[in-house]
Amino acid sequence: MSEEIRAEWPLYEVFIRGKRGLNHVHVGSVHAPDGQMALRHARDVYTRRNEGVSIWVVPSADIIASSPEEKDPLFAPSGDKAYRHPTFYEIPDNVPHM
Amino acid sequence: MAEVHTHAEGEHDNAYAGLLVNDAHWAFGTDFEDPLAGVDTTVPDGVDPAELAAYCLMLGDDALVFSQRLSEWCSNAPDLEEDIALANIALDLLGQARLLLARAAAADPSIVPVLPDGSPVPDEDRLAYFRDDQHFRNVRLAEVPTGDFAEIIARVLLFSTWRLALFERLSRSRDAVLAAVAAKGVKELSYHRDYVGRWFLVLAQGTDESRSRLLAAVNGLWPFTGELFSTHAVERSLAEAGAGVDPAEVRDEVLGVLVHVFEASEVTPPPSGTLAGVQGRLGRDGVHTEALSRMLAEMQVVARAHPEGRW
Repeated sequence: MSEEIRAEWPLYEVFIRGKRGLNHVHVGSVHAPDGQMALRHARDVYTRRNEGVSIWVVPSADIIASSPEEKDPLFAPSGDKAYRHPTFYEIPDNVPHM
Repeated sequence: MAEVHTHAEGEHDNAYAGLLVNDAHWAFGTDFEDPLAGVDTTVPDGVDPAELAAYCLMLGDDALVFSQRLSEWCSNAPDLEEDIALANIALDLLGQARLLLARAAAADPSIVPVLPDGSPVPDEDRLAYFRDDQHFRNVRLAEVPTGDFAEIIARVLLFSTWRLALFERLSRSRDAVLAAVAAKGVKELSYHRDYVGRWFLVLAQGTDESRSRLLAAVNGLWPFTGELFSTHAVERSLAEAGAGVDPAEVRDEVLGVLVHVFEASEVTPPPSGTLAGVQGRLGRDGVHTEALSRMLAEMQVVARAHPEGRW
């Protein structure tokens, strides 16, 4: 039997791919005793209205996130560089999911 | 022609935005399938309509009664995730019950309870809400009063393993409706079994407390398993006509699967011992434990108070 008993299950972040060809998108999180159960909880909680064709779950503790204090040094420098955007091309109407 | 989805501003704020294609009505996924689309609903040659109806009631009542028991878990499970998981299983079974009760009513309209003229209550609801316990044909495993979390995990394991084995065979039924209902059910039941199988392992190998509760649940439920494999005359007749499944046929397969799960969890299967019937009559004959009538009283009270209600 396990030596350590915790009061709460670990948290997992859930990513769902809605259709073939789309990216996995973060939709929320679930608690679960392990990764395999997290996958099933994600299926039950986030795909019950037919939203998904693929699920990823990741332990929340394993996500390394930027902090709000770093916002300016990280993101402000790209704000004035319009030449990096592909806005000078016309996207054909029949190209979905750009 | 399919409408092409193009990005709107701010769309990345909504994870579901990419799914909103071709539909303005539903919030999310839209590719719903009618399990009976294009299915031939005539009763096949050589199948007695009254027996087909009785058989559909048996399988339908199993699902309806167990669905009601599972729904008692809603808001009472250990965690929100389990609440939703158990409610999903309950809804899958309710969907199976609805199709099967509707099939029973179509095959033999004389079994449908009579309501006042002009009542809008559909046939499957009449069968669900206006029959008393002695007219229910479910196995007694389905009606056992709700216990603790280990009990519902063990019970879904026993129920889904058995029903999956039945439905895999039933998907080749000569009755096209039963075959379609079973084919839909196989996917649902496979998930139910997988889900509770994992929980069974977790509880068995978790703490001393979780293990002792699971063992108590298995020992308490085991006497109800004998009935799962006893063949009613209607089941035998439908099986001979190629439209139903003789439950005795699935016994070895079901016990094989259960022993596999038990061994992985280091749980010893209880010695076989079967809850007796009354003069040999079991749930399939309409002989139930008193728990069923109490459960039905709660399940049916609103519908019976409003026999002309529209829901």
